[in-house]
Amino acid sequence: MNSNPNPLSTLVWTFGAMSLFAVGGANAAIPEMQRIAVDIHHWMTAKQFADIYAISQLSPGPNVLIVTLIGYAVAGAAGALAATLAMCAPAAAFAYYVSRLLARKSASRWPAVIQSALVPLSIGLMGAGALILAQTADRSPVAALVTGASAVLAFATRLNPFWMFLAGGLLGFAGLI
Amino acid sequence: MPSESSPATVAAPGPPTLPPPPPPSVSTLFLAFAKMSVSGFGGVLYWARRAIVDQRRWLTADEFNETYALCHFLPGPNIVNFSMVFGARLRGIVGGIAAFAGLLVPPMLIMTLVAALYAHFGEIDMLRRILGGISCAAVGLLIANVLRMAMPLVARRDAAGATMLVVVFIAIGLVRLPLAAVLLVAIPISVVVMLLTRKGST
Repeated sequence: MNSNPNPLSTLVWTFGAMSLFAVGGANAAIPEMQRIAVDIHHWMTAKQFADIYAISQLSPGPNVLIVTLIGYAVAGAAGALAATLAMCAPAAAFAYYVSRLLARKSASRWPAVIQSALVPLSIGLMGAGALILAQTADRSPVAALVTGASAVLAFATRLNPFWMFLAGGLLGFAGLI
Repeated sequence: MPSESSPATVAAPGPPTLPPPPPPSVSTLFLAFAKMSVSGFGGVLYWARRAIVDQRRWLTADEFNETYALCHFLPGPNIVNFSMVFGARLRGIVGGIAAFAGLLVPPMLIMTLVAALYAHFGEIDMLRRILGGISCAAVGLLIANVLRMAMPLVARRDAAGATMLVVVFIAIGLVRLPLAAVLLVAIPISVVVMLLTRKGST
């Protein structure tokens, strides 16, 4: 694996496999993406990964498009396309076949059982993602305070997340974080 | 009600005999998903529900929840799965691909542009500081999201579910084990636990 193969095929292989293991959606796959992009392949630093996570949250479109940013960092525009398709197409094809299967013989109780079995796992995965990102982002007391404050505000109120991003961005701009 | 519509191929746009609005054309599907995809930040689900249930009435609220729930338990990005399943339900596989492409292509182009800008300017100190600040807020939002999702487990005093949650959190977040390995062990255990603990209640 370390023999530096074609980066595009590495992207396709990596995200194609992740596509079918990404239980709980894009945010639950954050720890695995970080592990692969930062720890295994050294495509980027932990700081850059936290940056592109923030960018993906700020940009329009599904959250999964963080893989577009990873792909671009690895192999430019072609990498962006390859990573996005590899992450999205296998799962979508699988979903298509399962939905057709279920449409034929309904009344199966398995989807409900599997779904409720997966919920705690995907929450645990998302929590792990939050921990990993926090270890990079929250390097100062003020930074941790911003994270804590936006967690409380987002949990307890219906405040538009835009204001928290704005506050964080302004504090960063002012050099306080 | 699931208008067992056109199978693999998209049939000629024959007039549907059902009372609800006629199924959208393939290009309408593409444009509708493109619009909801770039409408807002922080996820597409809100805009998808608004467009599909409230504005265009392609699905009832229950049908929407049912379809989305299926996509939530399947692997992969939920809203992407949803676009495929939903488009295929209305217009066969071509409709599914149209919705999938509408959802992904426009924001992917935007994201590629942003990625190019970041590659160019990402090392500028001011931008690094701003993004650092935004990261802090974004992590806070993720934590809030996790807490919100965990509330039902807490309310139900679901000790088994909470244990599974914590074990996965430790295995992935602290020990940094590979996702596939963890899930191959955790999913069967969780399913068995679910079946055992549910036996009494159902």
